[in-house]
Amino acid sequence: MRVAIAKFPGSNCDQDVAYAISRVPGAWSEVVWHTELSPERYELVVLPGGFSYADRLRAGAIAAHTPLIEKLIDYVKDGGLVLGICNGFQILVEAGLLLGSLLPNKGLRFICKWVSLRVMNSDTPFTNAFEESEVVKMPIAHYEGRYYAGGQALRLFEERRVAFVYADERGGVSEECNPNGSDNSIAGVFNDTFNVLGMMPHPERASDPLLSPYGTEHGLRVFLSVANYVKGGA
Amino acid sequence: MRLVEEVAVTLTSEEREVVRKRLGREPNIIEWAVIEALWSEHCSYKSSRNILKMLPTEGVQVLVGPGFDAGLIDIGDGFVLSVHIESHNHPSAIDPYGGAATGIGGVVRDILSVGTRPVALLDSLRFGEIESSSHSRWLLRNVVKGIADYGNCIGVPTIAGELEFDQSFERNCLVDVMCIGAGRREEVVLPMATRPGCLVVLAGNTTGRDGILGASFASQSLDSDEEGKRSAVQIPDPFIEKLLIDALTEMFEQRLISAVKDLGGGGLATALSELAYKGGVGVDVDLSMVHRRETDMTPVEVLVSESQERMLLLVEGQKLERVSRMLEKYELQFSIIGRTVEERFVRLRWEGTLIAELPLSVLGDAPSVARASRRPEYLDTLRNTPPPREPEDLNKVFLNLLASPNISSKSWVYEQYDYEVGVRTVVKPGDADAAIIKLPNGKLAAVKLDGDSKKCYIDPYRGAMWIVSENFRNLASSGAKPCAIVDHQQFGDPGKPDVYWCFKECVRGVADYCMAVGVPVVGGKVSFYNEDLVSGRAIKPSPVIGGIGLLSDEDMVTTLSLKRSGDYIVVLGVTTGELGGSEYYEYIHRICGGEVPLVDPLSDWQLIEAVLNLRRMGVLRAAHDVSKGGLAVSLAEMAVRGRIGLTAELSKLPVRGRVLRRDGLLFSEGGSRIVVEVDRERFREAEMALRRHSVPFAVIGETGGNEISIKMNGEQVINLTVGEVEERWHYSLERLMEGYS
Repeated sequence: MRVAIAKFPGSNCDQDVAYAISRVPGAWSEVVWHTELSPERYELVVLPGGFSYADRLRAGAIAAHTPLIEKLIDYVKDGGLVLGICNGFQILVEAGLLLGSLLPNKGLRFICKWVSLRVMNSDTPFTNAFEESEVVKMPIAHYEGRYYAGGQALRLFEERRVAFVYADERGGVSEECNPNGSDNSIAGVFNDTFNVLGMMPHPERASDPLLSPYGTEHGLRVFLSVANYVKGGA
Repeated sequence: MRLVEEVAVTLTSEEREVVRKRLGREPNIIEWAVIEALWSEHCSYKSSRNILKMLPTEGVQVLVGPGFDAGLIDIGDGFVLSVHIESHNHPSAIDPYGGAATGIGGVVRDILSVGTRPVALLDSLRFGEIESSSHSRWLLRNVVKGIADYGNCIGVPTIAGELEFDQSFERNCLVDVMCIGAGRREEVVLPMATRPGCLVVLAGNTTGRDGILGASFASQSLDSDEEGKRSAVQIPDPFIEKLLIDALTEMFEQRLISAVKDLGGGGLATALSELAYKGGVGVDVDLSMVHRRETDMTPVEVLVSESQERMLLLVEGQKLERVSRMLEKYELQFSIIGRTVEERFVRLRWEGTLIAELPLSVLGDAPSVARASRRPEYLDTLRNTPPPREPEDLNKVFLNLLASPNISSKSWVYEQYDYEVGVRTVVKPGDADAAIIKLPNGKLAAVKLDGDSKKCYIDPYRGAMWIVSENFRNLASSGAKPCAIVDHQQFGDPGKPDVYWCFKECVRGVADYCMAVGVPVVGGKVSFYNEDLVSGRAIKPSPVIGGIGLLSDEDMVTTLSLKRSGDYIVVLGVTTGELGGSEYYEYIHRICGGEVPLVDPLSDWQLIEAVLNLRRMGVLRAAHDVSKGGLAVSLAEMAVRGRIGLTAELSKLPVRGRVLRRDGLLFSEGGSRIVVEVDRERFREAEMALRRHSVPFAVIGETGGNEISIKMNGEQVINLTVGEVEERWHYSLERLMEGYS
């Protein structure tokens, strides 16, 4: 698996994603400055977390208008895989590559904490290494992470385009364990062809048991899934 | 020029005489400005450096001690760790958001100034009583937001800290930030000009009128016209800082820079002068070349502006093109403002014309200021405060204590900080007594900041020792051996003999402790004038200790939550009854006084080695030091974090001195103690090891159930469910800050 991690001015998690991918057998990644990135040379392009262009205007709004996004739109049309994490997710919704938008959290505070997520569709290039409906642990860290589906939430569930929802330890969904007030607790969504995933939780921060308070590495499975898919295993 | 009048005012007439003598002539207005900035208390340590000499600064792992922008520690395998601590107290009192944010920016640039990359931030914050003061709540809310917005944006995790509330900080909050950096040993560059012929490049933010004379502002007491001082507060732009971090990291890797220097207090005046006299090479700079935010700035304004996110780079001519390309890639503005020269002068020009010329010998050390010192009389009164009557219902007292803002969980604060970015945070805030990070060579380090102004007020020497003791116990409880500290000493006006005496005693406490156990002080900071002219009162003495410990391997990582039912709860160390400065006295009885615990560094060290040994043997499952709130609060925190109850019998505690009452046993912060959970099946091994280490200990109870049940001679003293305790402890601060009940 050949992976490009796009770096914009203000990207923070580029090296973190590279570290996670280094733990996937047979995977290779490089951090590429956004102006120099040619998506077609890679099997996965990751838009990492951070504060691209200082979140000016709205989180992700300026990066969504860079030439790289034009290239990514074509790349996605041709079946290329794009993963947006946190600020990357914000960029993808701003660019129209994913449905919905990301609003300030319900408490109007930045939240950094580990959360439980329920896997809603394990039959995609990004989630095939998960069990259907299993509960996994990953951290979130954002101010604008409240997913707003503009009345389309139920449709997203029907089309199985919801990747993860915030849940309790047993997979139950409630407002109590919805950290940011997202519509229907949605934490990550696919596009309609399932080759774009945007998610607020950080899988790269949950890819090493040493760095997880639970000794888990659930996040790594996102990258393992893509590696499986690329190899033709799923 | 009105500005110049203000410049001249902050130097004493004696200091002006020294300047004239060293220079052999009357300096011009611009030269005065340079000297004024450099000789401010903030930059020169003129009132403190004779006292700071008491601190031990050398050790086998110390590569660079105090005196540069950051201390450097050798962590092996060709890697170094850098550390520095800063405060932004005065700016934060006026503009808490901007003051705290620019504090982070400054300390991060100090780490960059030695060729290392910032990897972790810590914060230590002090405010007035937030339960009664909406002003202090406003300050806390905005300081935390300032740190969060800046730290999160630059991608450096904020992983540990501490928070204290006391009336004495109502008008003078303290905002201390500490930064840890890491890098390869061969990439280290020190901020000094050692070779003539290098280009001087100013990179980053534009220079504007913000923060003019900030260093002098920090060297005076706050007056009632705080609003009028807003121009002395700088404007933060974390995005530019982030670009500087990324660009410098790449340039360090490619060895493109000979030296790099942060522009902090005193702006260009200080940065240029320090680069020159530390390295013994002159600089010749044209201030009109500086890229500016405003068009009509005077040379003096450009010289002393403290606009943020600016760095000076010394670059060899043949590397300039690559440096320019790198800065352009990151969309950073820069200007080439001069070069280093053979002659040992700082020469400043404006559009080519020489406007100031100061020999390095004049700039050097500002003359020390001898300060009068006198033991404050109030100390006797405080010490002889009689103990209060013991309350009947200690269950109720305990619940009240758990809700004290000084004790309640700080999750409202640290969940606003991105403590995960960088994928190196092994132990997160709140999970152990210290945070643990993975270093670039794969080794683990524990870091923690501690302070206790309530104890230092009643007894500065004992209080300062106690803080170091607590800090080291925090590191050890997390599995790390203390390896170095930085200290930050914060007081009122040093011209007051009472204040100066307290400063001396606090430094002596830190020095005596560190000397005894052989742990060096690799950096630090002094902040005076933390008092306001309205109340005329200084803050309580507030030394803060930032400790770094190293872990021998991953298995040493220890958290504080109880792990399993049926294990033993063991208290290591002797319980002593001093309650002076304890949260129990201060919060429950509103008593400020009594005797402050005296710690013994050598028995502390035995305790530390014993805990580490138990962990290495694999018999210790959890550890937590006894500090604010005493044993009862430590037990509660371990139970709540592990969601496991416990039983404890107070009469089993090893005690020293007079017969202790129940409240003393529960809430004393005295003695040097750590509570541990020991594997029941392997208790014999633990017992033998503890005997070998000559550490007093006692099994006081067991883990299990869902109640926290504490008895004295079989009689129930505290009996609450873990849920009841969690409700109080975990949510009190959040409720207070978010205004719901």
